[in-house]
Amino acid sequence: MPEAILDVQDLSYSFRTYGGEVQAVRGVSFEVMPGEVVGIVGESGCGKSVTAQCALRLNPEPPGFRRGGRMLYKGEDVFAKGERELRRMRGAEIGFVFQDPMTYLNPTMRVGAQVEEVFAGRPGVSRREARSRADEMLALVGISDVARRREQYPHELSGGMKQRVMIAMALVGRPSLIIADEPTTSLDVTIEAQILELLDDLRRKLGTAIVLITHDLGVIAKMCDRVYVMYGGKVVESGGAEDIFYRTAHPYTAGLLGSVARLETDCDEELKAIEGTPPDLFSPPPGCPFAARCDYAMRVCRESPSPEYRLEGGHRVSCWLRHEYAEPVELPARCAPEAAV
Amino acid sequence: MEAIGDAPDRSLFERVGKDRAGMEAIERPNLTYWQDAWRRLKANRMAVFALCVVGLYVVMAVVGPWMTSYSYTATDAKATDALPSAEHWFGTDMLGRDLWSRVWMGARTSLMIGFVATLLNTLVGGLIGGVAGYYGGAVDMVLMRVVDVLYGIPYIIVAILMMVVMEPGMGSLIVAMVVTRWIGMARFVRGEVMRVKESDFVAAARVLGASDATILVRHIMPNLMGLIITNTMMAIPNAIFTEAFLSFIGLGIQPPECSWGLLAREGSQTLSIYPLKLFFPAFFISTTMLALNLLGDGLRDALDPRLRGE
Amino acid sequence: MGRYILKRILISLATLLVLVTVVFALVRLMPGDPFSSEKMTPQVRQNLERYYGFDKPVLEQYLTYMGRLVRGDLGYSMKYANVTVNEIIAKAFPYSADLGLRALAIAVSVGLTLGVVSALNRKKPIDAVCVVVAIIGTSIPDFIMGYVLQYFFGIRWGLLPIAQYKGFAYTILPSVGLGFYTLALVSRLMRSSMLEVVQQDYVKTAKAKGASRFRIVRKHMIRNAILPIVTVLGPITASVLTGTFVIESIFAIPGMGKFYVSSVQSLDYTLVLGMTVFFGAFLVTANLIVDVLYGIVDPRIRVARG
Repeated sequence: MPEAILDVQDLSYSFRTYGGEVQAVRGVSFEVMPGEVVGIVGESGCGKSVTAQCALRLNPEPPGFRRGGRMLYKGEDVFAKGERELRRMRGAEIGFVFQDPMTYLNPTMRVGAQVEEVFAGRPGVSRREARSRADEMLALVGISDVARRREQYPHELSGGMKQRVMIAMALVGRPSLIIADEPTTSLDVTIEAQILELLDDLRRKLGTAIVLITHDLGVIAKMCDRVYVMYGGKVVESGGAEDIFYRTAHPYTAGLLGSVARLETDCDEELKAIEGTPPDLFSPPPGCPFAARCDYAMRVCRESPSPEYRLEGGHRVSCWLRHEYAEPVELPARCAPEAAV
Repeated sequence: MEAIGDAPDRSLFERVGKDRAGMEAIERPNLTYWQDAWRRLKANRMAVFALCVVGLYVVMAVVGPWMTSYSYTATDAKATDALPSAEHWFGTDMLGRDLWSRVWMGARTSLMIGFVATLLNTLVGGLIGGVAGYYGGAVDMVLMRVVDVLYGIPYIIVAILMMVVMEPGMGSLIVAMVVTRWIGMARFVRGEVMRVKESDFVAAARVLGASDATILVRHIMPNLMGLIITNTMMAIPNAIFTEAFLSFIGLGIQPPECSWGLLAREGSQTLSIYPLKLFFPAFFISTTMLALNLLGDGLRDALDPRLRGE
Repeated sequence: MGRYILKRILISLATLLVLVTVVFALVRLMPGDPFSSEKMTPQVRQNLERYYGFDKPVLEQYLTYMGRLVRGDLGYSMKYANVTVNEIIAKAFPYSADLGLRALAIAVSVGLTLGVVSALNRKKPIDAVCVVVAIIGTSIPDFIMGYVLQYFFGIRWGLLPIAQYKGFAYTILPSVGLGFYTLALVSRLMRSSMLEVVQQDYVKTAKAKGASRFRIVRKHMIRNAILPIVTVLGPITASVLTGTFVIESIFAIPGMGKFYVSSVQSLDYTLVLGMTVFFGAFLVTANLIVDVLYGIVDPRIRVARG
């Protein structure tokens, strides 16, 4: 059995602030196999970005620190590595695509140079070679007229093009894994489709695994082999895309699905928003993080953290509703499309 | 289905549903902008200390000259250039005048000029800049072209010349300073008014039907006040400096009146023999500017809406 | 970018025009009569007055002056016999320029360094030291600093010369005194600019690419942090220039500042006018250069949206 590229084991990560400790990640586990696309869904503040940035130790430390658990990249704990080793990994082993290319690109540096920069300070790659590899990647991500574009500054490019540059930066070092943190959130829907297609395409060509972080379920449906749903610093449900959509097991996931309009939704139907706001991570609730907003919550949900239950075929859920004492509940789920004969 | 975990008490599995009270937790007390700003300012010890120093000087400016029996203009040929003593707490100057009273009378003049000139600056500049920023269009274009051109003029040169033309004294100093410096404030206020005018919450207010006057008073002003206060506070040291400078080169306050700048001038003339005479006004000018700078910094941090809730 | 420069030039010219006119008017308004203290026969006085055009209406005097100005002729000094204003300026300006340049060089180089170092070492002792120095420096006017330095380093401890400008050692105290305020100001500005830049997202991107700390600081932080500093270079130059007035008199340096103040006090009209126009032109040009420099340094202005 192939070894997981990224294996997160019960990771807990917090930040020390003036107000106290913010527990951003509370016992998260997931794994990424070579070449697959793993999606992490959740709303703002659920801990997905912090978790992702741990892979390259990009979170500012201090005030961040690992509270517990491990994050193994190719079998080695990222938290045990020194700064030099991490710097080597960044760009070459793991690439990162950030959310908003407007602010994540240096406004005073030409885009070509920014892509080339991945090779700066690495032995064995000459400046000329760096330049040609950068140009090659820029063409690969779909930038036309590379010779002219590479000399331009970020503000001269459109949103979609800027994001392509970000992707080029992430991939030019031929990493085994790229982490894309909400790569399409700040883009128009049409551009979004192009970018996603590009990512998928590159994945197939280069064999890179992808961790795709988003709050957009549509994106998940399109691209991901497996999905992890996060809430309040924990993983509440995980499984294949089909499991999540058609055999939804957690009330939060159901709420997310229910709050999005679909083609079949009637005009008269009200969109069900989930009442309430995410929990305060300064003093997280002792039980299930979703209990306060859950229609089906039970007393035990408020008091004790929910255990994880394994359902069919790799589908897992962290919810007291699965307990034998709990009244069984039919969660509203999407209907699977009629199977074509 | 496989359960991972122990088996708790059955009664815990009673359905209770949403926790309406706990759903939206508001952890911090609700403070208004000004309350929050004051709280933050109080926490900044440097700023509080600076405030005390300025306050002390103001009090001394009023009370100081009364504390000794010597008037600030009374000369005494027998006690010239004396060192500090029980009689003359700061010593005397070259004409035998008591330095303690001169320093504190000087404080009155310098501080008053500093505050008044800056205040007038803010009013004039703020009004003009505000009008230009709020109404935009042709009014703004014309005003701003004028401001752009005038901005490039080195103010100190014009100030120097104005002082030569006018009768030197407190009034003309203030006039010269305001005439040459209002431009900076006008530009600043105009920029800020335009920024706030374009912001989403103003647009929202307009959509909800608020009148121009309401928008101005309830939305634009409060957002600007913080920045204007900070800017004004930080401009005071500059005004004090300008007064000191002009008096120092002989174009500001004239003897027998006094200001700190004038005292510095008088003191500098005998630097090598009686350094203290320069030391006192220099010390007070510097510490006043220092305190005002610190206070300005503290105010800026306290009034910055982005730092709310820290 | 071309449009930007053109606009700046036009505004500068307009500024210059307004400046000269305002100064002309103010000088005409100055009380007193430049010739009152001279002992001269009525005939000589009449000749002088005719030369300087005092017998003609003000508007005509203005136009004559402007006409001469455009040709670079600033006229004759009224106090120094037979010497043109141009000659006086030519002799005095090099001293002021040298002093000013040294002060600026010290202020900018040391100030920037301190700002960067202190921002990168936040909450460590070096930061506290830099901040304290910066705050104190911006609170002490340059003329007071000049005296302080003169007193301690010259009079009390006798380490450095305190008057005139005859060699390298002579330049130390005056230029430090003149530049100290600006040094403090630059370091404060750079520090706060760096602190803002440090939080920017693109710094995280650079880190994610595996760039070394040194590279990040150099190419990503400093490059962006320095932009706001460039914008204040103009006013900084102006304040250094005006500071020379006083520093020159404190240290007995025969530069323009000394001449200027004394010419104001002795009502030497043409000298005052000439020097003011010169100062003004110099500053306006410096501002123009800074504006253009900013346009070059900030690519968002340099390259229009393509």
